[in-house]
Amino acid sequence: MVYILRRLIQSALILLGVSFITFVLLYVLPADPVRQIAGRAATAETVENIRQQLGLDQPLFVQYGRYLAALAQGDLGRSYLQKTEVAELILSRLPATLQLMAAGIFAELVLGLSMGIAAALMRGRIGDQLLMMTSFVTVSAPQFVVSLLLLYVFAVKLGWFPIGGYGTLAHLVLPAITLGILGSGWYSRMMRSSMIEVLRADYIRTARAKGLGRARVVFRHALPNAILPVIAMIGIDIGIFMGGIVVVESVFGWPGIGQLAWQAIQRVDIPIIMGVTLVSAFAIVLGNLLADLVAPLIDPRIRLR
Amino acid sequence: MVDLAAPASPKPKSTLRRLMERRLALFGFALILLVVGAAVFAPFIAPYAPEEQLFDGLTLEGAPLPPDARFIMGTDLLGRDLFSRMLYGAQTSLIIGVVANGLALLIGTLVGITAGFFRGWVGAALMRFTDLMMAFPALLLAICLAAIFKPSLWIVAMVIALVNWVQTARVIYTETTSLATRDFIAAERTLGAGTGRILFRHILPHLVPTIIVWGTLGISTTVLLEATLSFLGVGVQPPTPSWGNIIFENQTYFQAAPWLVFIPGAAIILLALAFNLVGDALRDVMDPTQRGRD
Repeated sequence: MVYILRRLIQSALILLGVSFITFVLLYVLPADPVRQIAGRAATAETVENIRQQLGLDQPLFVQYGRYLAALAQGDLGRSYLQKTEVAELILSRLPATLQLMAAGIFAELVLGLSMGIAAALMRGRIGDQLLMMTSFVTVSAPQFVVSLLLLYVFAVKLGWFPIGGYGTLAHLVLPAITLGILGSGWYSRMMRSSMIEVLRADYIRTARAKGLGRARVVFRHALPNAILPVIAMIGIDIGIFMGGIVVVESVFGWPGIGQLAWQAIQRVDIPIIMGVTLVSAFAIVLGNLLADLVAPLIDPRIRLR
Repeated sequence: MVDLAAPASPKPKSTLRRLMERRLALFGFALILLVVGAAVFAPFIAPYAPEEQLFDGLTLEGAPLPPDARFIMGTDLLGRDLFSRMLYGAQTSLIIGVVANGLALLIGTLVGITAGFFRGWVGAALMRFTDLMMAFPALLLAICLAAIFKPSLWIVAMVIALVNWVQTARVIYTETTSLATRDFIAAERTLGAGTGRILFRHILPHLVPTIIVWGTLGISTTVLLEATLSFLGVGVQPPTPSWGNIIFENQTYFQAAPWLVFIPGAAIILLALAFNLVGDALRDVMDPTQRGRD
């Protein structure tokens, strides 16, 4: 209980720090945010007006206080160019991103876990080496190259899937696989070593000695134990996903927050980029928190500290 | 005295020797040499200037030329020789890989050692800041920074260094704390060794293998991050060629001219893979606790 409380406070403090960094990036570092908002043609008077409106003529800590108060009410500021609330833009696009992430995690687990299990069972043989080599390639391949490759082969050449866009299940397949491929490399390595460790355990030898078939031992006895430490990683994974979403959504034309960020990058619309970053950081902190809280529930060997 | 029963134990092999025995590491090493060679000798190998828009570099309809005997990798949308651009792009990748990663390694090591050795509020503050940085997705943070500053080669290197030091700091911190509580450090201290001596003569040498391993693996991360930033248009800016921005410039045409995307794409994957393979082998070879494991 104390542990949970401490982790909650810790997470809240990290979020506070995150908000400070985004504040600095948004209002302190850019040469002249007012000019960005007002546009090039604005008169000196308009510029001064906007400066006052935004409170940029006040001392920094006052500005930060106002920024924080706004954040607490879910106000992420306004887009420089679209003149809409950043929070609204993000909220309207969040469902698409969540869909894609769920599908991506599913793809990652299916690919990673099956590769890891197969490698562990073929340990030391050529199949194992090939699979581990593959896992190296997947973590070395930038997602924009993977997505363009998948698009070229499966959409342009074979015509199995649409070239991009949003709507049906068929639209979801390629972007989800692209997202999943990167992490599947890490999962397959973790799954492999976890599986090898479990297969060495005494109770597995007992099960084999009882005369149980190999498949039954592997899937009923070894797998549930081997999979636990790997599953616990999902929460931590969210960080990698949030980065990948920008690339994957922009290549596939998936209308989520990643595409929103990418469009904002093209127009140097910093409030939107910061908004997406803030939401991602929030997701990451939440993911880590969940990972820490859930891990002991699914794996009793991990004790709360 | 004659050494009896003990069979002459084989001479311990050098780190380099053990590294050479791993085929994958050798493959990675060969790839790295190839790219370094391409980058260094680019001015001599490149058949054309990388920015030169060749008069006969496009078809009559204005489409890029596929690879043939004259343009071995074809030409791009502006009629420039892709092979020449790839060679100069190798320079960009390696410069960023070495500079950005070197900086990140330096920051990470300094933060990690300071936090791990001095503890107290300085250490706590440094590590909390590291945790804070970990809450940001590296790519998004880099995008923000690159969007705020006008991206040039050196700015991109700096941006990558600013988001990539975190992992190194964590690892070095953990190692330093465990080293600092070991007996031999306590012994040094009772013998009257000063802080500087302990840090530089005793702690740092123990960290060198870790730094080398993370330095190698980090180059792979850096290369990928640079390529991704350039692909998104906030990295190295055209006309300076980078493997990432070659894809960025030509992606709209990739259905008709796939070589413009997949040749640089393959180069990025192979270079990142090479550093991953070598780094992984180094970790196995240099970390005695990992020895004998598969």
